[in-house]
Amino acid sequence: MEKQDLLADYRTMVLIRSFEEHCQQQYTRARIGGFLHLYVGQEAVAVGAIGALKAQDHLVTHYRDHGHALARGLEPKPLMAELFGRSTGTGKGKGGSMHFADKNKNFWGGYAIVGAHLLLAMGIAYSIKYKREVLGQADQDGVVMCFFGDGATNGGEFYEAVSMAALYKLPIVFLCENNEFAMGTPLSVHTSVTEIHKKASPFMPGERVNGNDVEEMRARALYAVNHARTEGPYFLEAMTYRLRGHSAADPQMYRTRDDINARRSGDPIALLKQKLIDQNLLTEKQAKQIDKEVEKEMDVVVQFAEESPAPDLSEAWTEIYSKPL
Amino acid sequence: MPVITYSEALRQALREAMTNDPRVFIIGEDVVHYDSAYGVTKGFEKEFGPERIKDMPIAEAGYAGLGIGAAMNGLRPIVEMMTTNFAILALDMIINHAAKLHYMFGGQFTCPIVFRMPNGYGQLSATHSQAFDNYYAYMPGLKVVVPGTPYDAKGLMKAAIEDPDPVIFIEHTGIYNIKGEVPEESYTVPIGKSNLLRDGKDVTIVGYGRMIPYCQQAVETLASEGIDAALVDLRTIRPLDMEPVLESFRKTNRAVIATEEWTSVGVGSEIAARLYTEGFDHLDAPIWRVGFDEVPMPYAKNLEAHVVPNADSVIQAVKNVLAGKTQKIRQQ
Repeated sequence: MEKQDLLADYRTMVLIRSFEEHCQQQYTRARIGGFLHLYVGQEAVAVGAIGALKAQDHLVTHYRDHGHALARGLEPKPLMAELFGRSTGTGKGKGGSMHFADKNKNFWGGYAIVGAHLLLAMGIAYSIKYKREVLGQADQDGVVMCFFGDGATNGGEFYEAVSMAALYKLPIVFLCENNEFAMGTPLSVHTSVTEIHKKASPFMPGERVNGNDVEEMRARALYAVNHARTEGPYFLEAMTYRLRGHSAADPQMYRTRDDINARRSGDPIALLKQKLIDQNLLTEKQAKQIDKEVEKEMDVVVQFAEESPAPDLSEAWTEIYSKPL
Repeated sequence: MPVITYSEALRQALREAMTNDPRVFIIGEDVVHYDSAYGVTKGFEKEFGPERIKDMPIAEAGYAGLGIGAAMNGLRPIVEMMTTNFAILALDMIINHAAKLHYMFGGQFTCPIVFRMPNGYGQLSATHSQAFDNYYAYMPGLKVVVPGTPYDAKGLMKAAIEDPDPVIFIEHTGIYNIKGEVPEESYTVPIGKSNLLRDGKDVTIVGYGRMIPYCQQAVETLASEGIDAALVDLRTIRPLDMEPVLESFRKTNRAVIATEEWTSVGVGSEIAARLYTEGFDHLDAPIWRVGFDEVPMPYAKNLEAHVVPNADSVIQAVKNVLAGKTQKIRQQ
């Protein structure tokens, strides 16, 4: 097991936070349209878990996908350009916020029909096993990590995915980001089994982890990924809390400002910063320096998006099929 | 040339693809232990082994998603939905995922997958006797083929499996046993090409799938009565190839559209609309459409027979068109 570079993780988490804050600003300025689901408060889950993956591993995620993309190492510029609806975006401006993807990084995309992508992730895992066992491709030892929220665990696709993953002993980690709300509906209102990992327990081993602690998240993700690679599916329930609205346009009638403030003590970036300072790995000054550097990088990222051209109108008619008719 | 059934023609295409390409595999309900609900892939497990054809749980979205994920990652799955009635449980997978992946990720992912699903009826009542051709034909990003002859069944299946994009392959339990000439050698029928099956000067009949054998019967009967009907088989309902239809229509100036579906808002509605818009100058009489009566399918044998189209429905519609009558679509 490689030693976790907590300082690098801290920097990535700050990058994600800053990216999201810039998204909010640009959304307010109407440079970004549609739905914008920010990852603020959940950064440790993506950074901790995705850091456990190797290059040959695969990632499938939900519509709140900015943090996962950045944690997987996608460049911020084409991501911001995608949000601006520009031709330099990851999806050439055709997908938007909910559909970031990068095939070269086995980042199979963000999906926006809640729960459905668990089945695609299961299918990708099936294909890995098929390639290894039927096509004889011995180098196919990748694992699929599939992110979803607590709200995704009530529909039928969830149970179909975990049941079939177990049936075929697939190399997949199901990772539930339990942020306590399905959009605006509280956990206790939307589900009968609030300890989400227990929903998968008839099918596979799993556990609940502190998703706001990047160190714990990484350690348990490494265990889960290793289990998936060698034995079969594994389930992680990462406890976290979304500090922003469901989307940038959410008035948050389902909770009070006090509710949110009470949870700021669990802010994963603040927690990690304190830990690093306590361990003499970081000073306040250095932390400010990181903030400054990231801020500067984001200015360049926003500028890149602003200056990128909108897609040519002819692009509306391309890529409907992969082989044009 | 050998004369074989529609079912055997499909089987030949599937076997050929399975033999030539190990990335091709079949998943579906009851394809192994039950040995294939309609017998198309009977015995395939013995021939190709348990990894190449696999029984799936009755979880249509689940195994549709399995297929889509596997297709994205380079395999060539053939997903057998036992019937179109069950396939609607997987509509989200097909509509929101298979059809959209390539476009919404800016061309990064492809989804070379074939969904096989038969329409059909036979005293199975309301939920087991439906047609959803229009659901799929409505959707940009999908290709939808509906062969009506054994020759096209084999050629279109080969084309569907080789196609790099998602193909909905609609079969019909009522014609699995019809026979026709089918070459033994490998060939494909291009997706997106309609086919003029018979030229004629009095009326153009447009159909596809299960209605083709009925239309062929109708055309023969009409010929014996001195009515010279042309017949165009659409074969593919997305992308739609209207040119052979319009070419015939420009000669006959009259049309009957025969589709086995509820008439309102169906594939036939689109064909009629295209004829009215693109063929307006050539129109000499109201177009007639043949389809299911617009009721949920009843169980009783006489009721069922009363509400489904057949060769006689086509013949009657042709006569109505030639008489210049106007069709009223009844919804209740």
